[in-house]
Amino acid sequence: MTLSIIKENIKGIETEEEKLRIFCELHKIIETYKGSTGAPIRILQKAQELCGYLPEPVLMLISKELNLSLSRLYSILTFYHFFTTVPKGKYVIQVCKGTACYVKGGQKILDTLKRDFNLEPGGITEDGKFSLDMVRCLGCCGLSPVIAVGNDVYRKVKPSQLKDILSKYK
Amino acid sequence: MITLTIDGEEVTVSEGTTILEAARRINIKIPHLCYMDGLVPHGACGICLVEVEGERNLTRSCVRPVQEGMKVYTSNARIRNIRKMLIELLLSDHPTDCFTCDRSLNCELKELASNLGVKNIRYEKTLNQRKKDETSLAIIRNPEKCVLCGRCVRVCNDVQTVGALDFANRGAELIVTTGLKKGLGNSECVNCGQCIHVCPVAAITEKKSIDDVWKAISDPAKHVVVQEAPAVRVALGEALGLPPGTLVTGKMHAALKKLGFDTVFDTNFSADLTIMEEGSELVKRIKEGGALPLITSCCPGWVKFAEHFYPDLLQHISTCKSPQQMFGALAKTYFAEKAGLNPANIVSVSVMPCTAKKFEAQRPEMCSSGYRDVDYVLTTREIASMIKEAGIDFENLPDEPAERLMGYYSGAATIFGVTGGVMEAALRTAYKLITGYDLEDIDIEPVRGMRGVRTSSVEANGMTLRVAVAHGLGNARKLLEEIRKGNSPYHFIEIMACPGGCVGGGGQPLGFDITLRNTRGRSLYKEDKNLPCRRSHQNPAIEKLYMEYLGEPLGEKSHHLLHTSYTPRNGVTDLNEILEICSKRA
Repeated sequence: MTLSIIKENIKGIETEEEKLRIFCELHKIIETYKGSTGAPIRILQKAQELCGYLPEPVLMLISKELNLSLSRLYSILTFYHFFTTVPKGKYVIQVCKGTACYVKGGQKILDTLKRDFNLEPGGITEDGKFSLDMVRCLGCCGLSPVIAVGNDVYRKVKPSQLKDILSKYK
Repeated sequence: MITLTIDGEEVTVSEGTTILEAARRINIKIPHLCYMDGLVPHGACGICLVEVEGERNLTRSCVRPVQEGMKVYTSNARIRNIRKMLIELLLSDHPTDCFTCDRSLNCELKELASNLGVKNIRYEKTLNQRKKDETSLAIIRNPEKCVLCGRCVRVCNDVQTVGALDFANRGAELIVTTGLKKGLGNSECVNCGQCIHVCPVAAITEKKSIDDVWKAISDPAKHVVVQEAPAVRVALGEALGLPPGTLVTGKMHAALKKLGFDTVFDTNFSADLTIMEEGSELVKRIKEGGALPLITSCCPGWVKFAEHFYPDLLQHISTCKSPQQMFGALAKTYFAEKAGLNPANIVSVSVMPCTAKKFEAQRPEMCSSGYRDVDYVLTTREIASMIKEAGIDFENLPDEPAERLMGYYSGAATIFGVTGGVMEAALRTAYKLITGYDLEDIDIEPVRGMRGVRTSSVEANGMTLRVAVAHGLGNARKLLEEIRKGNSPYHFIEIMACPGGCVGGGGQPLGFDITLRNTRGRSLYKEDKNLPCRRSHQNPAIEKLYMEYLGEPLGEKSHHLLHTSYTPRNGVTDLNEILEICSKRA
C-alpha cells in the first residue's frame, strides 16, 4: 500500500489493515448521515467515538466526502469544546478550576503539571499515558482543590503530592 | 417597491435591499468595515450600526433589509459613540507600527479611526501574540493585525470556492486560519491573492522579493534581465498616482532601466510565443483527437486549483508553460547564447500583477534551462515601491522601448492581461493555422467584457470552433463541471483565477472593484488596437526565434523548454482510492 494518508499516524492504530478498517467504518458513518441536517457535527461526533479523537486523515476523508473544505470542518470542530484533534492519554487527568478549587489552589496544580510534566490543558504527555482537561466543577467543592485521574477522585490536593499520585498509574 | 425614510429623506427601493444600500442611493455614506461590495454581507464588525425608530437596539445596516415605512437614523450621538467605541476596541489589540506597516498609506482601519473622530483609546492595550504564517511561497498572513472582518474568508470561500481560510475557535479566541492551522503553504490556497485585495489592514500581504532584487541589481557580476506581464502596464501608473487604467508601457521600460536592470525585455513577447505553442496544440488536438476541450494554462492560480480540485481533468490543461516561465527558460538559453553570457550569471526577474507567479516560479519542474528559470517575482505593488524608493519621477519619464530580441510584441499578447484576452489572441492565430488565412475581423467582442462566463464560436474551414471564457474560480467551476459530466460543447476554454483576469491579479494596486479592473482591461484593448502587429504569428521577433533557435512550434526544443506537466495535490487520488476500497467492502 503506497497511500500516503494511510501512513499518517492515528494514535492507537498500528497496522495499515486496521487503519483501512477505521476508514471503512468512517465511510459507513458518513454515508448514514450525509445530507441530513447537522451532518458534519454528527459525523465528527461518531468519528471521535471511533478514534478517541479527530486525527488528520479522518478529517481529510470527512472533508472530501462531505465536499466541505478542511478549514470549514476545522471551523466547526473548534467551535465545540467537545471535539479534540489531540489524542487522549491512557488516563485523563481532570483538574477543577471552579471557584472553590481555584481559590484553594487549583491553578497551582495546573502550573505544576505544566512545569514538571510538560502537560497543558488539552495536551498529552509524550508517552501518551496522561492527557489533561481543565473542568469547571467535579461536584465536591468542600474537598477543594479536587482532581480526578481516570475514575479516581483526589481531594485537597497539594502540588507536591502530584508526583506520588501519578506514579500509581502504569 | 418599499418606501422608507433615512435621516428624514424619503427613498424607494426594491424589496430585499439593505438599509446600507438604500442609504447609498440618496448619497448617505454609512461607515462600514466588514462590508465590501462584491462580497456577501456578514454583519461582523458593527460599524454600520443605525437606529430604527421604535426599536430598542441599534441594527446593522449591511444585513438589515428595508421595511415599508421604516424611519432610519444613520448618525446621532448614540450611534457615533458606539462606532467610536467599536473602533477603540479594535485598536486596543492592534499593533501600532503604522510607520513601517505595509498599509501605512491605505489602511482602512486607520482611515475609519480618523473619519470617526477617534482621538483616544480608553481600553488597555492587550496585543495578541499570534504568529505569522510564512508557510506560503507567495502570501504571508500576519494574524496579529487581523481585525476578524472575515472578508478574506468570504472571498476565498464564496468567490473563489477554494476554502483555504476560515474562522476557528470562538469568542475571544476567534481567529482566521487554515484547516488544522497548517498554514497557507500546506493548504489548498492557490495563491490568487484576492484576500490581499479585500483585507482592510496589513494582515495579508505578498511575500516580498524587493531586497533580493536590489541585491542582484547592485552585484556587478550579475546580468539582471527583467520581464513585465501585460497587466502591469495598465496598473503601474495607477500605483504611482496616475489615473486608473493609464497605459504606461514606455515609462515602465524606462523606469526599469533607471532602476538598474541590465536588459529590459517584455513578457508580452513570450505571450505571443505561448499563443504559437498553444494554438498549435489546439489544432493538433482537434486534428488528431486529443483531450478536448483544451484549457489554457497561463494562470498559475487556476493550475493549482485544478491540481487540488479537478485532478481528473489535468489532461485537458494545455501543456504550455505560462508566458512568465517560457520567458524564464529562454532568458537563460536563447538570450544567454545571443548575448554571449554565462547563464549562471544571469538573474531573471519578472514583474507580475500576480502573487501566484511567485509560487509558479518556485515549482520544482521550472528549471528547464538547467538553472532556476525565473529567480525572483515582483508584484506591480513591489516594483512601484522600488520606483518610489529610487526617487524616479515616473510621470515625466520619456517612453522607451524594450529590447527587441525578447521584447517586441503584438496586440494579441497585450490583451493576455484581461479576461478573454488569451482566448481572443489564440483564436486570431488558431484561425490562421486551421484555414491558412488571417481572420479578418479580429476584435472578437463576445469573449470580451466582465460577465462571469462568456461563450462564442468561430467558423473555420467548415468547422465550428466553440469557445468559452471564465474568470474567478467560482465561475470556472461551472465550465469544469460540464467537462466532468461529459457534456461540455467547447473546444477551447480560457480560465483566469482572478475576477477580471490579470488586471485584477493579487499583485495589483489594491481594490476589489470590478469596474476599476474593467478600466484597466479597456486600456489593454486600446493598446492592442494601436499596435502595428496584432497577431502573434506575425510578430517578427517570434519568427526569428523559431527560425534561429526553436525550430517549429511543438518541436523538440519547444517541448523541452516551453512545455510542462501537472500533478494532483493534497492526497486527492489517495482519498479516492480509499473510498473505492471502502465501497467495495461495504
